[in-house]
Amino acid sequence: MALLQISEPGQSPNPHGRRVAIGIDLGTTHSLVASVRHGIAECLPDAQGRVLLPSVVRYLADGRRQIGFEALAQQTADPRNTIASVKRLMGRGLNDVKLPQQADYSLIDSGAMVQVSTCAGIKSPVEVSAEILATLRYRAEDTFNDDIFGAVITVPAYFDDAQRQATKDAAKLAGLNVLRLISEPTAAAIAYGLDNAVEGVYAVYDLGGGTFDISILRLSVGVFEVIATGGDTALGGDDYDRVLADLIVARTGIAPPDAVARAQLMAQARQLKEALSAETQVELADAGITITRSEFEAASASLTERTLVAARKALRDASMTVNDVKGVVLVGGSTRMPQIRAAVANYFAQEPLINLNPDEVVALGAAIQANQLAGNNPEGDLLLLDVIPLSLGVETYGGLVERIVPRNQTIPTAMAQDFTTYKDGQTALALHVVQGERDLVADCRSLARFELRGIPPMAAGAARIRVTFTVDADGLLSVHAREQVSSVEAQIEVRPSYGLTDQQIAGMLQESFRTAQEDMQARALVEARVDADRLLLAIRGALDADGDLLEDNERVAIDAAIDALVAGLSSHSPAEIESLSKALALATESFAAMRMNRGISQALSGRHIETI
Amino acid sequence: MSDILVSQAGLQADDFTLFDLPRQFALDRAAVDARWKAMQREAHPDRFAAQGASAQRIAMQWSVRINEAYQRLKEPLSRAAYLCELAGVPVQAQTNTAMPAQFLMQQMEWREELEAANTSLELDAIVEMVERERIKMLQQCEHALDVAHEPAQAVSAVRSLMFIDKFLQDVHQRIDQIS
Repeated sequence: MALLQISEPGQSPNPHGRRVAIGIDLGTTHSLVASVRHGIAECLPDAQGRVLLPSVVRYLADGRRQIGFEALAQQTADPRNTIASVKRLMGRGLNDVKLPQQADYSLIDSGAMVQVSTCAGIKSPVEVSAEILATLRYRAEDTFNDDIFGAVITVPAYFDDAQRQATKDAAKLAGLNVLRLISEPTAAAIAYGLDNAVEGVYAVYDLGGGTFDISILRLSVGVFEVIATGGDTALGGDDYDRVLADLIVARTGIAPPDAVARAQLMAQARQLKEALSAETQVELADAGITITRSEFEAASASLTERTLVAARKALRDASMTVNDVKGVVLVGGSTRMPQIRAAVANYFAQEPLINLNPDEVVALGAAIQANQLAGNNPEGDLLLLDVIPLSLGVETYGGLVERIVPRNQTIPTAMAQDFTTYKDGQTALALHVVQGERDLVADCRSLARFELRGIPPMAAGAARIRVTFTVDADGLLSVHAREQVSSVEAQIEVRPSYGLTDQQIAGMLQESFRTAQEDMQARALVEARVDADRLLLAIRGALDADGDLLEDNERVAIDAAIDALVAGLSSHSPAEIESLSKALALATESFAAMRMNRGISQALSGRHIETI
Repeated sequence: MSDILVSQAGLQADDFTLFDLPRQFALDRAAVDARWKAMQREAHPDRFAAQGASAQRIAMQWSVRINEAYQRLKEPLSRAAYLCELAGVPVQAQTNTAMPAQFLMQQMEWREELEAANTSLELDAIVEMVERERIKMLQQCEHALDVAHEPAQAVSAVRSLMFIDKFLQDVHQRIDQIS
């Protein structure tokens, strides 16, 4: 077998025994994984050389799942069990979800985070996202042939606490050690900043598949300071697709009759959108209509305007004007639309920077940060100073919000607030924490209800309960409470409004251990096939080069073993494929020995000639 | 363990001592920013990401404390209020809302002008007028704190500035609505 080995000895993919750290861009439409290799951040491709993984998971009735391109290909055929744009569901209740039209799966109101009903049972968005993250984790493990030390995962800057927590839970479920959650625009700025050695104030305009973010950052040697951030978690390229789908329906007069037709229409709209970025008009031959770029731009102008309103607010929060902005970075596939580039150039009065691939730039930045956090780059001077995107407050009398941590404050941060009891002997206190900028609790997002217990009994108003709200560097909230007079630490019971409780996470982990068996089976099958393919390739090459060494009957035996393995490749049993591979290796053993002898003798004769 | 105890002592220092800056109102914002970044470079939990949970916790305490001090020091208004507090004359914005009659009259006039303003040009003019008043009040703060060393005098200027900032917020909200 030695001569048939393909990979060069000593060429381990990860030569210096460094900790493998990855950056993951978990996107609405597609996701990527990147890592720093030999000092350069690069996106890792799958076995087919594709770096983008469609963020689509299809559940099959037999418990198997398809993830990525395979699932995407089935979206129109099986829309009810094919979950796309799951990012829009993360940490959200049923009422605040606005799904794109191609999403035709049925959502379930669980009272907390919305769930999806599939033929394989009810799935939480956290579980669906974990499938995508695990796929990227396997890709990285295969690339480096090593375990992953940790990952930096990006989230939209505008994600609230529940959405961030859901993302972190999904990573945990996928078996990833989360080094840090960082915001997508900050990641993009890292990739740009380090590539271009820029200094000054920059705006990052990030229009993805489902979310829009605008961030204002100050860049100085190695320091990325977010000054203000804003955006819209329910605005993205999907919405432009919907505008085009509506346009097609209006022009043809044919509304899609069922889920499959609707999914086809949305796929057609997406292709049309991409075509209109290159062409000024596109003919839809089968529908018998032509749609021009200017029609599309007129119909979607209000969407583009919404992004600019958010940009102006962010600049105001930063106490700046467009004149202070030295450069504008475009991120997200949707910024390929000419109308976006023109609107951004016009608003900021300068051409935006586009020299990095807008699909990859976020993952690349995350990989650079992951590499530093893993301790691979001790001389690295990268420092991220991010902010909390939305104000935190507690509910007070009459459903009003008392602000505790204002938005755009640098994290980590902590604020303390004193509360007291209103009844004699009161030993518990309830706190409702909300996130948002409005004055009424009803207009903000509910984060969690905290029950403080174990307050020593005292007269009404005598207790001084200091509650400390801490927002860590991931933007996640934790709460501590201590009664000041007695110094008794209160126990806190957290009921997240849209998140998962620790018990739910534990349950999902258990479930995933059960499905891990099936996963391992599926993975073993893929690996057995890949190994068999490699073996076949090597033996066919060897036969082409040195087939003349073989007697006819030997050749027949080898060909039979090859045919058997080729036929066995369609088997679903990894054990069967492995045993056929072994049989082929055995059948070629003496052939390998003959090749070795020939090779050595040739080498010796070569040397002999040289020495003479 | 001794490291932690030393840290705790450092964490208790006042903002100016922590930032190694003179305890005065007039501060160079660029110097505050530079000091903040230099300190976060040493203390931010990201620096200890590969060193386990307890290192992270200690780093976070420091990082939170540095951010808290930065938040107070960087804005002239909060810096002035903090200096009053350190000098033993806290502003008590919540409980003490008594303001001079003249100032209240001016506030009412401004509110009326804001009500009447309908164009962004008119609103811009209000912003400009209020900003002038704001600068005047900041100068009063600086004189009371750094020259006369009369923090009690600074307290009334700080309260006025709080009203002014709230009013400016409302004007900007109107500008948002109009455009």
